[in-house]
Amino acid sequence: MPEAIQPINAQNMRQRIKSYSSSPGSLILAFLVGLAALITVLTLVFIIGYILVKGIPSLSTDLFQLEYNSENVSMFPSIINTILMTVLSLVIAGPLGIFAAIYLVEYAKKGNKLVSIVRVTAETLTGIPSIVYGLFGMLFFVTTLKWGFSMLAGAFTLAIMVLPVIMRTTEEALLAVPDMYREASFGLGAGRLRTIFVVILPSAVPGILSGVILSIGRIVGETAALMYTAGTVAELPSGVMSSVRTLSLHMYTLASEGLHIDEAYATAVVLLFVVLLINWVSGRIARKIKKG
Amino acid sequence: MMRDVKETIMKYVFLICACASILAVILICVFLFANGVPAIGKIGIFKFLLGETWKPGNDIYGILPFILGSIYVTAGAIVIGVPIGILTAIFMARFCPEKVYRFVKPAVDLLAGIPSVVYGFFGMVVLVPFVRDFFGIKLGMDGDGFSMFTASVMLGIMILPTIISVGESAIRAVPNSYYEGALALGATHERSVFFTVVPAAKSGIMAGVILGIGRAIGETMAVIMIAGNQPRMPKGIFEGVRTMTSNIVIEMGYATDLHREALIATAVVLFVFILLINLLFSLVKRRGANA
Repeated sequence: MPEAIQPINAQNMRQRIKSYSSSPGSLILAFLVGLAALITVLTLVFIIGYILVKGIPSLSTDLFQLEYNSENVSMFPSIINTILMTVLSLVIAGPLGIFAAIYLVEYAKKGNKLVSIVRVTAETLTGIPSIVYGLFGMLFFVTTLKWGFSMLAGAFTLAIMVLPVIMRTTEEALLAVPDMYREASFGLGAGRLRTIFVVILPSAVPGILSGVILSIGRIVGETAALMYTAGTVAELPSGVMSSVRTLSLHMYTLASEGLHIDEAYATAVVLLFVVLLINWVSGRIARKIKKG
Repeated sequence: MMRDVKETIMKYVFLICACASILAVILICVFLFANGVPAIGKIGIFKFLLGETWKPGNDIYGILPFILGSIYVTAGAIVIGVPIGILTAIFMARFCPEKVYRFVKPAVDLLAGIPSVVYGFFGMVVLVPFVRDFFGIKLGMDGDGFSMFTASVMLGIMILPTIISVGESAIRAVPNSYYEGALALGATHERSVFFTVVPAAKSGIMAGVILGIGRAIGETMAVIMIAGNQPRMPKGIFEGVRTMTSNIVIEMGYATDLHREALIATAVVLFVFILLINLLFSLVKRRGANA
């Protein structure tokens, strides 16, 4: 039976203790590193555990009534609003981001000035705080375009916010498609457009999807950018021009009013559940990409 | 013929989409600056940036308290988040057994995914009472728990995932020969990692820290819920502060005229801060790429 290959620095416990006793500094470093990782993980466990333990008992059917009123403090309209807002933002940002990435990867020539400008602006967009997006949305969509506090204004603001995320992940996914595919498709007489839509995009789907899922996470969790664009009406919308309140904003309102802390816990549970779901799905997609 | 037309049209469609992000940045700059800069002019740039009083009722608009508030809270977040973040990054890149990694990695991703309202809420119901009871009552410090200290701790936790994930990939990018060389010279595992691998990944780790700073200074909701928000000069770490971001959110709802413009001007100042941080980030990253 062939012996398993041993790493060059494999040590058993006794050797390790011996080497640590001759250099106690190393032991301290090892301890610190482990401690830091432990703190990180325990913090997460504590935050999630605390909110779940306190929040799950507060989940009641009252909170999922179709109509919101000050008695039942239902979060159901906010859930629907969040879903609608997510879909609307993605409908705007998705095609824009994917097409932009297609241009950057498939059309732009090497050393193209435009490409570097797009990269810089995308990076800038990534760094802008959400409250600045919120103010911009208020000044541009709400006031200048006269849309008022509306779902549309909120969705456009969020779309700009997640645009760089979708662009970057799509770009990476397209770059990962082997050139072989393109050459084979061109060789069979397909045009550029056909190659992109029939050959390249389908094989880049998992990567693009992971960008979309990341964006969903950001949209669902966003508060500051929506406060002065989408408004805070906790009812089901009658159209894209009506003011709506998403789940995060609903939670902020409950928590800051201080009258409905239990309901705020329950909302936090729902938000955490969404985040857990998103992380689980994106983890699965990442594994799928790795496998190829 | 038809195909050529279609190809050309679509090429320009893609091109236009690529310009969307440029357009967005231009629009954001134009609208913020056009609405905010005149107010700075009206108030006077020094009175605005260095004024120590903020009293919209009396038309006094000095945002120095909020600038300092933002800087202090961010500095506190760095003190708490950076050491833990970098050490965790080192753990994940060089110390972590495969089995443990399968837990730690998703944990860090999850930490990044939690919405800031949830962080803020957690701070409000857990951290604030703790700080009030422990530091306020037991140790005899002042304050009701809504304080600079509380906000710093919360932000320190919130910037962890940024620092960890950027730092980890920077450490992983260091060629293994560095580590092996140090081992061959008789250094222990820890010594090899801390004195050869980590210094080689310095600029990548720095980039992560800068990104974290950007996140901390721009954070709004979590800070509002736990920092106290008193519009006065920061007095101490167990006293309440108001940051630039919270100032905007709190007062935008009812502000009019010059008050409203002054708030937008606050956002302009914040925006300039962020642009500077971005610039620093790309400089550090480029230096790392050249080295």
